[in-house]
Amino acid sequence: MSAALAPAITPAPAAPTAPGLAARTVTLLVPAVAVIVLFMVVPMLIAAGYSFLTAGAYGGVRLPLTADAYVRFLFDRDLDDSLIFDTTYIGIFARSFVLAVLTTLFCVAIGLPLAWFIACRERRARDALLLAITIPFWTNLLVRTYCWVLILRDQGLLNGALQASGLTSAPITFLYSNEAILLGLVYSFLPFMVLPIYAVVEKIDPRLIEAGHDLYAGRLAVFRHIVWPLARPGIAAGTLLVFVPALGAFLAPDLLGGGKKLMIGSLIQLQFTSSRNWPFGAAAAMILMALVLVGLVVMARRRGAGAPR
Amino acid sequence: MKTAVRAFAFSLAACAAGAAQAEGELFIYNWSDYTAPELVEKFQKDTGIKVTVDSYDSNETLLAKLKSGSAGYDIIVVSSDFVEIFAKEGLIAEIDAPTLAGFPNLDKRWTGPVWDPDNAYTVPWNWGTTSYSVNTDKVKEGTDSLKLLFEPPAEIAGQVGMFGSPSEVIALAQRYLDMDPCQTDTENMKKVQDLLLAQAPAIKVYNSDGIIERQASGETLVHQQWNGAAMRSRELNPAIKYVYPKEGVVGWMDNVAVPASAKNMNNALEFISYIMQPENMALQSNFTKYANAVTGSEAFFEASMQGAPELITPEDVKVVFTPACSEEATQLMDRVWTRLKR
Repeated sequence: MSAALAPAITPAPAAPTAPGLAARTVTLLVPAVAVIVLFMVVPMLIAAGYSFLTAGAYGGVRLPLTADAYVRFLFDRDLDDSLIFDTTYIGIFARSFVLAVLTTLFCVAIGLPLAWFIACRERRARDALLLAITIPFWTNLLVRTYCWVLILRDQGLLNGALQASGLTSAPITFLYSNEAILLGLVYSFLPFMVLPIYAVVEKIDPRLIEAGHDLYAGRLAVFRHIVWPLARPGIAAGTLLVFVPALGAFLAPDLLGGGKKLMIGSLIQLQFTSSRNWPFGAAAAMILMALVLVGLVVMARRRGAGAPR
Repeated sequence: MKTAVRAFAFSLAACAAGAAQAEGELFIYNWSDYTAPELVEKFQKDTGIKVTVDSYDSNETLLAKLKSGSAGYDIIVVSSDFVEIFAKEGLIAEIDAPTLAGFPNLDKRWTGPVWDPDNAYTVPWNWGTTSYSVNTDKVKEGTDSLKLLFEPPAEIAGQVGMFGSPSEVIALAQRYLDMDPCQTDTENMKKVQDLLLAQAPAIKVYNSDGIIERQASGETLVHQQWNGAAMRSRELNPAIKYVYPKEGVVGWMDNVAVPASAKNMNNALEFISYIMQPENMALQSNFTKYANAVTGSEAFFEASMQGAPELITPEDVKVVFTPACSEEATQLMDRVWTRLKR
């Protein structure tokens, strides 16, 4: 995965100009484009289409076409059918964004040193450590999240250890809090941050750092002026891979947060299940996607306009 | 009882005749882990009909499958709130259950339910109730009312748990407020919303999974729960008591029906007669630990279920079954739930 990511974030080579080459390029692109159209564009169009339909009585959608789902996102219908501005859903989105941002920051703070540490080991240790990073993927996310319930709950492993060591006398409630959700999300998504950063920092020429030291740069200066700029593409890729799924997460909020507050993910899931309002669920997903897309474009613009590499 | 025995003998005779003349086959389509293997085995042995069991995971799956015209099933099991939908869509056949052998064995309390008043389409399979359980070591007062759950005293604040599904939380809240289920009245739903919002600060967790553990370990002291699950909590911790509150409980029932597309109608009817015999239906209850509607089946329950208070609904406790809610009612529930968790 790390190998596939690296080319995506380095600038594409200049396109070949010879006509024969161009034809071949097009032919070779067909499978990739077909996969993207089939597995990304088509499902997205279906979702977009659903968001403009009316909810079916037992789930599903039916005609007529309407933009009600989008209106409902910002306005609530009063008893007399007049529209009043309503911040309920904006609040739910804001909560999810804050949580996703915090998750990403923690993942960077832990992932960057970890990736650097791995990159500095010798070949065999590196392979073993990378394997260790991927081991959690062999187990289902639901099972892993549930393990945190077993660790954190009142009669769980953590409270057991604290009480056995005499540090506390009564169980501390760790579960069902925002901190527990954050812990669960950081734990789930950390590998997605470590791997792309590793792929980039592994290629950093150690002579650059030696040169920095030769020029009287301290550790901090070396980090700021050499490691950080060179690791940035990896951090950017990792941020994408962590931030976007963290936005839509609903397992951790439900299991570790006690389901007390809705997140975007749980809101969408609810609309497709017990609330039987597929159009609104699809609209919420579309709005989420639009926001993420705008964020990405802004980020890309800023990087393009900023330090050209 | 005598008539029951006679009916049973009659149905056995009918079975023998049926098995002799036709190539016996029966396809059962049921929720996963919801068909007692012992029952199937006994049925095959007694009737010579070869049974195949297939399973699904939600009412929606079953609905989609039958709607798509996929035939080949002879027996299906449908939740009470979906029976009307299946009947309206013409997906289940009229079986006129009262004319079947064994029907008199059914407890009158559970026949002619709102979703099938004449038992024209269905007979009960397993059923249960939703209320709450309480840790009687820590909580002594108020264990006769839903008030303890919905307006918990300060001492147990932060140690109360509710289900994670809007429909089940709201259905029980409506029982406490003595309203009909599936309200479309906005004023009434406002009352439900106010009740749940006032209750929210005292709630530790909204989650339908892991309740047996949470209650048994004392992590929560009061928790919304199904009666069968409360029984399993009690087996782990004798202090756990399932409450039959004075306001009544919410009931759920799964129902046996025959798809309109069934190929082995006679065998399906024979199976339905068969499971209305106490000793047969008891096998199903022993497997799932939930009650059934056949009088006298308790005598064949396994030891741990004999006299279990969770499975015996007191005569004076009202059991309100939730029908399929209209779109409007579903939307109101969604709004209350979203407000509760915004």
